[in-house]
Amino acid sequence: MSDTQPESASAPEAESKTGRPQGSAKQRSARRRFMRSAALTGGIIGLAMLGYLPVARASHARLRPPGALDEKDFLASCIKCGQCVQVCPVQAIKLGDLTDGFGIGAPHIDAREQACDFSCDAGQCILACPTGALTYDKPGFLTPRAGAPLAHLPILKAKEKDAEPTLNLKERMGLARLAQPEICLAVQGKGFKGQARGAAFKGTMRYMDVDRWKPIPVRDHPYERDLCDLCVTECPIKDAIQLKVVDKGDGLKRAVPEVLEQCIGCGVCEMICPVESGGQAAIVVDQRQTWGA
Amino acid sequence: MKTFKEKLLVMLGQDSKKPASYSPEAEQIHKLKRLNKADFEAMKQHTREHQLVQNKWRNRRWAVLIAVNLLFVVSFWLDIQMLEGALTASRFVGFHLIDLNSALQVMLAHKHIIVNLLIGTATVFFLWVLLGGRTFCSWVCPYHLIAEWFEALHLKLVEKKLVTDHEFHRGARTVFWVLFSLLAIVTGYTVFETLSPTGILSRALIYGPSLALGWVFLLLMFEVFYSRRAWCRYVCPIGLTYGMVGTISPVRIVYRLDKCFHEGDCRKVCLVPHVLDVVIKGRAEEAVMAIGPDCTRCGLCVDTCPSGALTYGVKGLDKLL
Repeated sequence: MSDTQPESASAPEAESKTGRPQGSAKQRSARRRFMRSAALTGGIIGLAMLGYLPVARASHARLRPPGALDEKDFLASCIKCGQCVQVCPVQAIKLGDLTDGFGIGAPHIDAREQACDFSCDAGQCILACPTGALTYDKPGFLTPRAGAPLAHLPILKAKEKDAEPTLNLKERMGLARLAQPEICLAVQGKGFKGQARGAAFKGTMRYMDVDRWKPIPVRDHPYERDLCDLCVTECPIKDAIQLKVVDKGDGLKRAVPEVLEQCIGCGVCEMICPVESGGQAAIVVDQRQTWGA
Repeated sequence: MKTFKEKLLVMLGQDSKKPASYSPEAEQIHKLKRLNKADFEAMKQHTREHQLVQNKWRNRRWAVLIAVNLLFVVSFWLDIQMLEGALTASRFVGFHLIDLNSALQVMLAHKHIIVNLLIGTATVFFLWVLLGGRTFCSWVCPYHLIAEWFEALHLKLVEKKLVTDHEFHRGARTVFWVLFSLLAIVTGYTVFETLSPTGILSRALIYGPSLALGWVFLLLMFEVFYSRRAWCRYVCPIGLTYGMVGTISPVRIVYRLDKCFHEGDCRKVCLVPHVLDVVIKGRAEEAVMAIGPDCTRCGLCVDTCPSGALTYGVKGLDKLL
């Protein structure tokens, strides 16, 4: 930063020696300004383009809120305003940071911390989105990936008795997967009693038998099951997951959670799963995973 | 008369030129100032002695800026739902508002425009046509306010000769505007949003602090130690986008040649001093002139001018009042 001062001070002498015309000091300072400006332009554009790295490496592959367009289109159309964050009744949606590169300010869901349980009944985040990054109606020129569309509109268990029991969601956010069957309580034939995620867990969920419109902390709703089936009973979508009984002939009742085609990847099973190993629940949601892939 | 085209070119980075001719009234004023030099100096001295140092417009502006940003914050925190969203896009009691530059980035990257996006963008466009274009910068943008505070630190260091201000070419901002637009089209990502301190600060205020604030801090340090107000002056495409809107806005700062003593205090406090080139002796081609579209209508010059040569004005309304 001190380079310009001495240079400009000595400029006239240098000129007289080389016999350059008058005013070349001004020209030189203009040239320096131009070089500085070019460096600034290159620097800022370069820094901005660094935002491509996390996107390209998918190092921050995130579970997006329901109704999100495919990742590239989603990042293009999201205006990073967080209106989806504001309307979510369970505060499931978080915004990306600088480490997400181009995904800065774009919404995602950390299902283990707080999954989307559709407490809002309708996808409020989709309704709030001003740019169609989250949408019920994907524009015609964007063709869905194979296995992303659902066979039919998902039935929300909470709305089963309503005149309109379905969610207007045509594609899945991801797909649940029993990642660690060896720790799954049902697979081991074990039951579960108590707070699903312990006393310190801050996540909330809607329980129809408590209050349809007011989600409560999961820790305030302890469970008691002879054979753990939380991922099945707490799943908000009908026919998305079931327990398949396994008989090993030893008289112990065992079962394995089986993900079905209507799974939309909301992540409630991942949030509610009472066991984990290596920081991962027995059942997890793979973002943007398609059926049959 | 300064043409629309010339004002636009100055905003895009061209240096302003000396006028080729003056209006008869302006010519008369210029002449009188030269003729009665002693009187002119005496009047200047008199005005200086009776100068009212005030921060009226600055205080009003800061209050508005803080109030707008606080409205975003409390809308979410207290769930009063007045102004939901962030500066990039929001809803004011249900009406879509979408920042013009963010909208542009999304439209160019996504290449698909839904109705709500169009409505919000149009609403904001008309709003800022009415309010003065770059009024957005100085009256709403949170980075502007913080940069103003750090600018004071920069100026103190300059005064103590600890740092020097390194100017860049103003045309750089135009280049940035074009490059960020092209990058959005070509890459299909809203590249500018990655670095935009306006978006980062607005989201941080509403949704809580983020690592991205570190980038904003680096920017501020760059401005303190290397180049005064560099981001707003030479980089930010948001400023240019709203500057374009300002070209057709009736709200502007008005300059009165007969009240000016050409001391240049206004240019020293100005974020975009090139718009005030007209106050240099011999530059005003008319007796009353509107300041160029790049002006952020911040009012620092209005507060600073000892002789009231610069005032807020609304085209069409001035004659009525």
